[in-house]
Amino acid sequence: MQLRFTEADEHFRAQVADWLSDNLSGEFSAIRHRGGPGDEHVYLTERKAWEQRLADGGWTCIGWPEAWGGRDATIEQQVIFNEEYARAGGPGRVGHIGETLTGPTLLAFGSEVQKERYLPGIRNGKELWCQGYSEPGAGSDLAAVRTRAAFHEASGQWQITGQKVWTSLAHESDYVFVLARTDPAETTHRGLGFFLVPMAQPGVTIRPIKQLTGTAEFNEVFFDGALCAADDIVGEPGDGWKVAMGLLGFERGVSTLGQQMLFQTELDEIVRIAKANGSARDPALRQRIAEAHIGLRTLRYNSLRMLSGGDDGSLSREAMIYKLCWSSWHRNLGKLAMDVLGPDAELLDGEPYALNRLQSLFLFTRADTIYGGTNQIQRNIIAERALGMPREPRGQI
Amino acid sequence: MKFSFTDEQLMLRESAEGFLSEYATSAAVRQAMASPSGTDEALWQRLAGEMYWPAIVVPEDCGGLGLGMVEAIIVLEQLGRRLAPAPLLACTQSVLALRTVAENPGARALLSQLAQGQIISLAHTAARPHWGLEGMAVSAVQQGQHWRLAGEARFVPAGDNAGTLLVAARIGSGCGLFKLSPGESGLTVTKSPTLDQTRPMATLQLSGVEISEADCLSECWSSQLDTVLNLTRVLVGAEQVGCAQASLDQSVAYVGERVQFGRTIASYQAIKHKAADMMLKVESARSLLCYAACVGDEWLQGSASAQELTEAAAMLASSAGDAAFFCAGTGIQLHGGVGITEEYDIQLFFKRARAMESYLGRPDEHREVIAGLLLDKVDSDAA
Repeated sequence: MQLRFTEADEHFRAQVADWLSDNLSGEFSAIRHRGGPGDEHVYLTERKAWEQRLADGGWTCIGWPEAWGGRDATIEQQVIFNEEYARAGGPGRVGHIGETLTGPTLLAFGSEVQKERYLPGIRNGKELWCQGYSEPGAGSDLAAVRTRAAFHEASGQWQITGQKVWTSLAHESDYVFVLARTDPAETTHRGLGFFLVPMAQPGVTIRPIKQLTGTAEFNEVFFDGALCAADDIVGEPGDGWKVAMGLLGFERGVSTLGQQMLFQTELDEIVRIAKANGSARDPALRQRIAEAHIGLRTLRYNSLRMLSGGDDGSLSREAMIYKLCWSSWHRNLGKLAMDVLGPDAELLDGEPYALNRLQSLFLFTRADTIYGGTNQIQRNIIAERALGMPREPRGQI
Repeated sequence: MKFSFTDEQLMLRESAEGFLSEYATSAAVRQAMASPSGTDEALWQRLAGEMYWPAIVVPEDCGGLGLGMVEAIIVLEQLGRRLAPAPLLACTQSVLALRTVAENPGARALLSQLAQGQIISLAHTAARPHWGLEGMAVSAVQQGQHWRLAGEARFVPAGDNAGTLLVAARIGSGCGLFKLSPGESGLTVTKSPTLDQTRPMATLQLSGVEISEADCLSECWSSQLDTVLNLTRVLVGAEQVGCAQASLDQSVAYVGERVQFGRTIASYQAIKHKAADMMLKVESARSLLCYAACVGDEWLQGSASAQELTEAAAMLASSAGDAAFFCAGTGIQLHGGVGITEEYDIQLFFKRARAMESYLGRPDEHREVIAGLLLDKVDSDAA
């Protein structure tokens, strides 16, 4: 068991930190610390330009194979990159869906043609992706998607019809990957397909969803006979669920330590305010601040265990608890921020609804325990897969 | 960075699991609880003579295995899972105490004895109301070639089974460390009946005990005492994780068999979600345990600061203390009526969890330590 990084890894860390401090300046100074969760709608032009700056420096897709423009970076190097990126205040990545979800999915399941067609655009930071998974009737029960994909013999293309929801960055994206039903006779995880669909076409309509924060990161996306080339299905019709589940596996892991750096800056701000306004002398708040600190460190060592685990791709116990752990921690941090602010928590920065960072944290973290699998679904997963307890029965409605 | 056990460490864990499942059965634990010493002496002979566990953190040049805190927590977690009635925690604490004075020939002799399975306990406090130096109620005064010790020490783990006692005693505003034989004139060792009957404790009364100068191992031992207590908290954390894991395992097994309304109660979400919460706490405490053990090893190698060790021990004690109590308490609830019977083991884990939760500080006291580090430090940029 070895807690510290090697000298070579620390050298890599210095290289990343140097590049970021050289480049995250000048025109990009304004976007430092911006564009994270709850703030994804801001500075889009600048963040797209930043994506290309990163790509030019060779800092996109570093975990990809060299053959596709990556660095074949080790897990440790990817962790270090994410840590340094967050430490430097690197803005929320507009390219993260393509880099962390589409790319790995195509590398694992895609055809050579699909890789040739899509990986370079993701790697050079020029083509952005969004995801089309959840539907109004398919949230926790993702396999219940109703969006249909029918092969249109005359045009030789797939036609997609249905509605997706909670799609962030839809209006900025060039492509969306869509989980859709290829076999209309099926209603479960069988008979699904995984499609790569261009956004700029008449059959695609985007409608923003205004949230409790007053901002709109998420969208509804309507497909009305949207077209998708015959060879833009990943795998075969019927393979959709396998591909989609593989993709969810790529979501975990190396980015968690970067996420924690972001959390640390939030906790640091709360500690700073507590010292300044006297909350630091309140015994009940002292307990909660200490608990938050311990909780964040726990997330770190949970992640390190998860990343050091077996290379067989199976979900370890640490990985299964991770979502439940961080989402609950972050939601509690939002409430702690309000309590440390005290009466001032109620006052806005301005009209019409200008939230400060901690107010936004408080409101938006209510989403953390819902998206990506609610806390209740996470507990089911832990109980069933880690503890071997009986599976939930399916209803008949 | 490789935050997982090595192959050798995994083998150690496996052999500990196998050995204890054979010899530290529920029946053996209950038999030891009812015996005068509260200890399973045959088990102790085996784990010392065949497994060499008391020798784990003893340096090689004192006849030990020369391993570290990570190996110690691997074994202690398994002892915690079984409530094994053997004083390995007490003896490992003594090893760590003696390592702080390892240049002393008397200490080196004791380390060799520990490696061979002699029971040696550390008495350091009366814990009224606090642990450590604050609660220390034995004083030492030098008189010519001798030291005179007087006062009381409580919560001495395995104290009435120990062949030698290490006693920390006040000298002025600090403390020293002394070696005593239990037969010393003026010393009374009494077993203290405990709520958790699987972990015997003793009380020492000292009235003018005279000790030769050679048996003073250190006259200036207060910062070392802090260190030893922090390292002990890491060992306690291992037993707590084991206790929490066993509470979870036994509860999951029970609810998988218990049928009500025509289905196993394990199939109810209300039960599943409680079990999931238990696992979350076990695994979180386990992550901090691994971290704290690594920091402990770095401390022993001289590469971690005292503050890092204090922080790691306090984080672990807070997390593992809560985890063990939550899991054992929830375990009783999941067992339903049988959970409060003498027959089922979950009540034994509940008592152990309570005992360990307050040993060397409650979880909220440890959080206050963390709060102090975070909130009371004067900012260097503000100064």
